[in-house]
Amino acid sequence: MATEAKVDPMHQFTIEPLFGTDHWALGGFNIAFTNSALWMLISAVVLYAFMLGGMKRELVPGRWQMMVETMTGFIENMLSANVGKEGRKYLPYVFSLFMFILFANLLGLLPLGLVGVHPFTFTSHFTATGVLAIMSFAIVLVVGFWKHGFHFFSLFVPHGTPLPMIPLIFVIELVSFLVRPFSLGLRLFVAMMAGHVLLEVLSSFVIGGANAGAFFMGLVSIPSFILMVAICALEILVAGIQAYVFALLTSLYINDAEHLH
Amino acid sequence: MEPASAKLIGAGLAAIGAGMAAIGVGNVFGSFLESALRNPGAADGQQGRLFIGFAAAELLGLLSFVVAMILIFVA
Repeated sequence: MATEAKVDPMHQFTIEPLFGTDHWALGGFNIAFTNSALWMLISAVVLYAFMLGGMKRELVPGRWQMMVETMTGFIENMLSANVGKEGRKYLPYVFSLFMFILFANLLGLLPLGLVGVHPFTFTSHFTATGVLAIMSFAIVLVVGFWKHGFHFFSLFVPHGTPLPMIPLIFVIELVSFLVRPFSLGLRLFVAMMAGHVLLEVLSSFVIGGANAGAFFMGLVSIPSFILMVAICALEILVAGIQAYVFALLTSLYINDAEHLH
Repeated sequence: MEPASAKLIGAGLAAIGAGMAAIGVGNVFGSFLESALRNPGAADGQQGRLFIGFAAAELLGLLSFVVAMILIFVA
């Protein structure tokens, strides 16, 4: 058994150039059109089509328009609950962020491998999620310093801190502020990667058990397959929750920048 | 002990962190449900905080997964 071909669960995350663009370069940097870029483009196009179908502005909304309005209303509620009335101007950003991540996560889970197309979840790469996190963090910094100037640093000293505690609290709050972009990007990337690795490992159990004969097929493959179906459902849930958590934490950080707790 | 086997043992030990995070996440949702059933009227307003707690508890479990992956594939 050990001499059989080992399944490499990390192979699915390989970034490879497509359509012979692997030698494209700009200023010495490779700018090949990769499968990651392709799926970012697909997510953006699908998101555009989704929004376009719901923006007919009918007086009596149809099903599609209802779906889109539920999404925008959901994010608007989240912003008004967490940021207040100033939160409305961040609605376009947070909504695009949420929908883009949601579509990317869900499109990466599509079982298109059955027809030979392998979906690529670009949110399972820290480079992609890290840039999204840095964008959110940059907005927080720009808004904070724009609105409050150097008074923004009072974010690191909560109200009513006793004087002897101020240096310690300042350092702790500063560190917890600075790791925000990392934790934001890391959470999404690891959650997506862990789910895909788990599915890959379980599918290797299914195939390996079926290859080892009827006894192992009943003992290993069929329970693994049932578990895999359940994990797939869980992954759809995780795809939604992670997109929601990303948008929620972004709106909380924006609240810090707007109101300086 | 050979370094390769030490890495694999370390990665296995890191899986304890995932189990601990499972306790944490279960505690977050369990406590939420427990109090939501006592006062269902206030439950909807606390969903944001529920997911903040969930995100914080989950992140630490995911970090242990990162540690395991680094030990197996990178180190």
